[in-house]
Amino acid sequence: MVSPETDGNNIRFDLKIIASTIEQGSRVLDLGCGSGDLLAWLKTNKNITCTGIEQDKEKAARCISRGLSVLQGDLNEEVDDYPDCCFDYVILSQTLQQVFEPARLLHSLARIGRKVIVSFPNFSHYSIRLQLMLGGVAPKSDQLPYSWYDSPNIRVITLKDFRKFSRDVGYTILKEIAIRTNPTNSEGRIVDHFKDLRATYGIYIIEQKHND
Amino acid sequence: METTAIKQNSSVGIVEKQYYTFAEPPGEMTLESGARLGPITLAYETYGEFNARRDNCILLAHAFSGDSHAAGHYSSDSKEDKPGWWDFMVGPGRGIDTDKYFVVCVNILGSCMGSTGPGSINTETGNPYGLTFPMMTIGDMVDAQKALIDFLEIPKLHAVIGGSVGGMQVLEWCVRYPQMVRAAIPIATTMRHSALAIAFNEIARQSIIADPNWNKGNYYGGKCPDMGLAVARMIGHVTYLSDEAMRRKFGRRLQDKASFSFGFDADFQVESYLRYQGSKFVDRFDANSVLYITKASDYFDVVEQLRVPFNKDSPETLKYLVVSYSSDWLYPTYQAKELVQTLKRSGQDVSFCEIEADCGHDAFLIADDRLTHLIRGFLDGIS
Repeated sequence: MVSPETDGNNIRFDLKIIASTIEQGSRVLDLGCGSGDLLAWLKTNKNITCTGIEQDKEKAARCISRGLSVLQGDLNEEVDDYPDCCFDYVILSQTLQQVFEPARLLHSLARIGRKVIVSFPNFSHYSIRLQLMLGGVAPKSDQLPYSWYDSPNIRVITLKDFRKFSRDVGYTILKEIAIRTNPTNSEGRIVDHFKDLRATYGIYIIEQKHND
Repeated sequence: METTAIKQNSSVGIVEKQYYTFAEPPGEMTLESGARLGPITLAYETYGEFNARRDNCILLAHAFSGDSHAAGHYSSDSKEDKPGWWDFMVGPGRGIDTDKYFVVCVNILGSCMGSTGPGSINTETGNPYGLTFPMMTIGDMVDAQKALIDFLEIPKLHAVIGGSVGGMQVLEWCVRYPQMVRAAIPIATTMRHSALAIAFNEIARQSIIADPNWNKGNYYGGKCPDMGLAVARMIGHVTYLSDEAMRRKFGRRLQDKASFSFGFDADFQVESYLRYQGSKFVDRFDANSVLYITKASDYFDVVEQLRVPFNKDSPETLKYLVVSYSSDWLYPTYQAKELVQTLKRSGQDVSFCEIEADCGHDAFLIADDRLTHLIRGFLDGIS
């Protein structure tokens, strides 16, 4: 039983998209799971065995109190302990831009999960381009609302950057979903044209290329 | 979350200590050391009711100096008597809800609170065992509990929960009888003692052994090694607290005086507190039990047994909730994390949370809604 802290319908739009791509009965690891909204939704609606990792003690405790399996700790360290391919999906949503060693982390994720789902704010959105080009200031947006001096987002990533990175490192992109969300990220739609300019977030499902 | 509010003033009410005796000769229990022990009596208490399938049982494992009295009052209690040691956790509508679960708490083998231990009469000789009591382990304690659980016709435990040495029993249950356990909550515990923990235990043991009244453990009916036992308890108490807790609780404040006595009276409040705790312990605990139980906890080591290779197709995994306290210096969080790491590597379903608290190792015995919510939510989430 998972306690219905949220009814599951008001989870973030990118999480809704991610949730819809995961098959029934999968084994899922959600990194930076917050209060466990995605995990609770997956467990209730798709009979999914899921685990979360959350640094914040109060949030982790809230997840456990909801009946979810969650580890309180640093995600960079926690992922190292899992055996190879012990999850079908590993989810890193809206966190990659805050990771100190993204390449190392993604390598670990691709080791422990058959597939990795990554979502991040798209830094090549036209509003961001315009702020830098016309205003000459470090851009802010609903997705990246911080100033240069207090931002936890230490990496700027664009959809193009991520595609190139995947190619260079040897991940196969199984699916790319570009989304455009409202300011609170509760609603949104999928972007099909001019993704690099119009998407607020990119969602990627990647897997490690095998040599065979 | 009004519906899940914790009931503060509900209690299991009046409870009764019960006894179960087994392993009557010639069917003695074989201990890990190879020694045989019997008959064995276990003191235990139960709270709540069985469901039809008898699969709603939660076993509580008490800490080193605890007993079977986890909740409620005895009918013989006076107004001053405190309820059981986990009364704030166990009861109708509480973290471990006795409206849902049948809760069992057993006094450990080797203790002196009703179960067979070194102070019990050896039926062969008619005298107390003393040091002829065989050395037992945490595993032996669990084997004895298993005999009781079988006697109560419990097919599978919904959960085993315990802190400190109780947490060791929880892990031992998972290692010895994984098919009997659905979920486990080891709290403020470790997979094995550090040198620091062994060192404190050894000082406690030596202070008992150095007491002239100890008499090689043969003091029953005569003068007891009270001084040694009191000092052992004082050491124990220091390890259960923390630097922060002691600073907050005592600081350098003086006890009932304005200046130093320039002597060896208890000047500081912390001295007075430890003396009081020591003398209180002497009234209720047996020195030989301290020797046996501390040694059992020093021997305890389940690292290898928990380190089973991950197998995706293995039919059953246990659900674990590991809890540690930020100021516990007896079993610090890094040891809980090692446990979590080991369980993850073997593919177990594990949750972990460190609780921020300055009360040290003993924090799990102090009422705190955070632990209560964790335990209740976790128990509800066990399918």
